[in-house]
Amino acid sequence: MTMFADNISLHLSGFDLLRNISLEVEAGAVTAIVGPNGAGKSSLLKVLTGEITATRGDVYLNQRELTHWPLLDRAQMLAVLPQHTLLNFPFTADEVVGLGRIPHQTGVTKDNQIITQALDLVDASYLQKRFYTQMSGGEKQRVQLARVLAQIWQPSDHGEQFLVLDEPTSAFDLSHQQLTLDIVRQLAERGVGVLMVVHDLNLAARCADNLVVFDGGVIAAQGKPKDILSEQLIDKVFGVKSIISQHPVTKRPLVIV
Amino acid sequence: MRRVSAQSLIWALAILLPVAALVSMTVGTVNISLADALSAVAGSSVNQQTDTILFDIRLPRILLAIFVGAVLASTGAVMQGLFRNPLADPSLIGVSSGASVGASLMIVTAGGFIQSGALVGLSLVAVGAFVGGFAATLLVYRLATSGIGTSVTTMLLAGIAIGALAGALNSLLSYFSDNDMLRQISLWQMGNLSGASWLKVSIMGAVAIFLMLLFPRESKALNALLLGESEARHLGIDVQRVKRRLIVLTALGVGVSVALAGLVGFVGLIMPHIVRLAIGPDHRWLVPGSALAGATLLVIADSLARIVVIPAELPTGILTALLGAPFFVALLLQQRKDV
Repeated sequence: MTMFADNISLHLSGFDLLRNISLEVEAGAVTAIVGPNGAGKSSLLKVLTGEITATRGDVYLNQRELTHWPLLDRAQMLAVLPQHTLLNFPFTADEVVGLGRIPHQTGVTKDNQIITQALDLVDASYLQKRFYTQMSGGEKQRVQLARVLAQIWQPSDHGEQFLVLDEPTSAFDLSHQQLTLDIVRQLAERGVGVLMVVHDLNLAARCADNLVVFDGGVIAAQGKPKDILSEQLIDKVFGVKSIISQHPVTKRPLVIV
Repeated sequence: MRRVSAQSLIWALAILLPVAALVSMTVGTVNISLADALSAVAGSSVNQQTDTILFDIRLPRILLAIFVGAVLASTGAVMQGLFRNPLADPSLIGVSSGASVGASLMIVTAGGFIQSGALVGLSLVAVGAFVGGFAATLLVYRLATSGIGTSVTTMLLAGIAIGALAGALNSLLSYFSDNDMLRQISLWQMGNLSGASWLKVSIMGAVAIFLMLLFPRESKALNALLLGESEARHLGIDVQRVKRRLIVLTALGVGVSVALAGLVGFVGLIMPHIVRLAIGPDHRWLVPGSALAGATLLVIADSLARIVVIPAELPTGILTALLGAPFFVALLLQQRKDV
């Protein structure tokens, strides 16, 4: 079971944003997308999550066309964390996380239990009754992460679940970056397919099973981090000279620039 | 700012509203004792004159205030949620300005018929206001809707544009009207409940109950929409359908309110805001809470409108702003102190 983009092209206001992209996001694995600014990463996420329709090509979720799923069933399988969420209303943290339970009919008691656990998981229990509008950027992002986690907290009857994260760690300090990666790995072990855009190559190399390198609307390379990360690739895509080494503990590739 | 629990606020308002309504029965040009009012409501006749005042004048007026207040405040809460802007109100979608033009047009062109020519017992002005308000909303909605959906930002801008156009038309109509018409137009725009009748009450009541039954079904969607439209879609909400539904319901509710009571300002903008400050933005409580608060404010304002300049009366709309604005400023100041 996968989330699958079949030969997708996206043409918007005179620009070719995506050209013939085929990408498979497997359940139970972490797929990371890296690439320079404007390479089309966010556009791909938007097409994959049904926010924009591709000019050509189709998106499938669990072998069924994404647009053919009823909205509610889809929301039980696919949760999306955008880069920024503008929320200007004074919800408390637990109310925000509770919004993630909207697609479910599990009852107040169960929902409250999940909300508490999700906040605890992202190290935000102390925020529970605080107002979202008064939190720091990192705290807000953690609460939003808890919200999408609450959305796919339990397995769905409709199929495998997927979590799409757009730069989830951009507002986090080191310990919370690490925490996010741990959460992502745990989810994958539970069978959730995770797709995330990240900027830090080492972070991607450390946690991704499948690394997708994006450049100019096409996929420049795709595969296991240790198979595809090379000095030539990084020079070609990012225009940066680098040395690829190996992490002494994890044995994963380490990019030094 | 510390929150009050939603249930306790709603209970408090649910007690305050009937009390305010009962007190309102007793006040006006003719004072009626609370005991008389109570026994009249309980069904026993006091005397001919008192009965007439209570049942033909005051009771319909109080009920109209309750329904209009509830509709204006709850649609205000809904619009603020839909536009994700705590300063939005129903007039943003063009309904008030359109209604204003419709009413002025009727006053100017059909001035002579207004006294005699009632259409199903309702004045032509009310029909003009309703048609104008609904047409303007429809126009704003069409302008903002394209193949990919309705843009809330475009809708806001279209609402401002249509509002400006309606303002110009209104001025034009005022320019060509004589003194008597001018006075009617400006009185209508101040908002007034003095023309209440049982027919108006039953129409307004039906609309208010209809909205109160349908709004709760959209409260979760409204909560999700506060995160943003695409976030709401990812939570399984059919955003376009929710938007269309809420806009039509708001146009209906506000259109009928404005047609029957004129432009009663302030209630739709400020009451949801005050309730949100007290209990938070969860629409499951915010919408009914705002409805009760709006109804209570309008009953109190209308009672005062009847007594401040005895034996004359002030238009209710003046009182709503006079009462609500200082209260709102006090809340803002307190909130500033708390942060």
